Amino acid sequence: MSVVLETRNVTRDYIVSGGFMRPARVIRALHGISFALEEGRTLAIVGESGCGKSTLARILTLIDPANSGDLLIEGQKIDITARKVTPDLRAKIQIVFQNPYSSLNPRQKVGEVLTEPLIINTKIPAAERRARAEAMLEKVGLQAAHYNRYPHMFSGGQRQRIAIARALMLNPKILILDEPVSALDLSVQAQVLNLLKDLQDEFDLTYVFVSHDLSVVRYFADEVMVMKDGEVVEHTSRDAIFADPQHEYTRTLLAATPVADIEKIRARQARRRALFESA
Amino acid sequence: MALLKIRNLTVEFETATGLFRAVDSIDVDVEQREVLAIVGESGSGKSVSMLAFMGLLPPTARITADEMMFDGRDMLTMSARDRRAIIGHDISMIFQEPISSLNPSFTCGYQVEEVLARHLGLSGKAARTRALELFDSVGIPEPERRLNSYPHQLSGGQCQRVMIAMAIACKPKLLIADEPTTALDVTIQKQILDLLMALQEEQGMGLIMITHDMGVVAETADRVSVQYQGKKLEEADVLQLFENPQHPYTRALLAALPENATGDRLLTVADGWEGQL
Repeated sequence: MSVVLETRNVTRDYIVSGGFMRPARVIRALHGISFALEEGRTLAIVGESGCGKSTLARILTLIDPANSGDLLIEGQKIDITARKVTPDLRAKIQIVFQNPYSSLNPRQKVGEVLTEPLIINTKIPAAERRARAEAMLEKVGLQAAHYNRYPHMFSGGQRQRIAIARALMLNPKILILDEPVSALDLSVQAQVLNLLKDLQDEFDLTYVFVSHDLSVVRYFADEVMVMKDGEVVEHTSRDAIFADPQHEYTRTLLAATPVADIEKIRARQARRRALFESA
Repeated sequence: MALLKIRNLTVEFETATGLFRAVDSIDVDVEQREVLAIVGESGSGKSVSMLAFMGLLPPTARITADEMMFDGRDMLTMSARDRRAIIGHDISMIFQEPISSLNPSFTCGYQVEEVLARHLGLSGKAARTRALELFDSVGIPEPERRLNSYPHQLSGGQCQRVMIAMAIACKPKLLIADEPTTALDVTIQKQILDLLMALQEEQGMGLIMITHDMGVVAETADRVSVQYQGKKLEEADVLQLFENPQHPYTRALLAALPENATGDRLLTVADGWEGQL
């Protein structure tokens, strides 16, 4: 197993304007994040809103640069401020966003959505672009006939399949999934998670799965990295984090996640019955 | 006596392609001091049925029901004026997006005092004192300062607490919470759910929890009603529902929970159920 994605001490600052006659402030969103991810594995990044998990996802996808620290893809150091991102590099790492209602352009047909990455990054001729897009639609559980439809004609789950198809068009090695199922209904969520697992097996993909839902993470991830206020508080295997969380904050997160547990329901019912009978 | 009794509620919307039936002959019952959870996916009509009961739907909605009794009073034949006196006083509602359900142009304190003035006739110092008490009881830190804050100055969790303060301002008999924690982080979700349950137990009010999260159902409800495409498929005691779900859709929904995953893939609702209705 080789390490395909690695960060060393990555930091990111945002400058917030202070308003009229006030100095701008610097907010450090990431305080030195380091991790290494092996090929074919799934790393879940967990934390509350504002903990820097999406900032990290954007740095990994080469959308935003890090302020300091190194990002390594397949052992190669990448600095997008020094050199423009090459099409080869773009083809290695892609992203799926949280909300499929806003991540697809409503004026683009599905076919245009899927072929655009090929037009920008490759010299593949039009006929083959179309063939590849149609094949990809079938791979993600849609039909080739959907090529000429607009995003509004699809449900949320289908749109997320389109967004996943778009991310896979360049045959990436690494896929960043920024809360890919949190905007979806429970029944659709299961389908999309299954699809992602199927695709991972088929294309040998490496996933970085950003999420705040620990029950999904428990099912989906191999290793879990818990973040708080721009820092990693715990990074270990999935089994270890759920069986024996080391950090206080991880325990708080686990305790706060609602679970459908029969024994817990029984205890709660008994307590409520006693309370209302005494009243 | 039941707190709320709705029989055969149907809501239809006029659309370009004809009538769309969002809620299809649904019965809702809530006993005194009971927590009823209404679960369903988007489009199952779980919010629309409650909005219809509250009279909050636009005039294009056609609402019909055989019976709508709240606390011994008939809401169907009641005049709009009488209904307005009950809504916000004896029945109140909190919504999914706390930041967008508050008015951005007024302070949080003003918005709570508005409710107190409208329903209890409190004004001036009396209203301010009561608003302060309410902010304190829903666990807003530094309540004096927060009375003068605008919604954008507070976090999502704090805004939801302000909404809850407004909702319980008149000690309602029934509180309807429409996905109260969906937009919030898990740790904040826990705090808000704990707060709602504590208030429910303390004031003995009825609570309708509209949600799509089975975990939230398991941690709050006494009884559960499962809806799908405007129809009620199953209603059961919460323990029974999780231990022994009767309807195939409910079984499929529970099997699709990631924590119930057996083996490598999740069962989806489609494999488990589609076409059996």
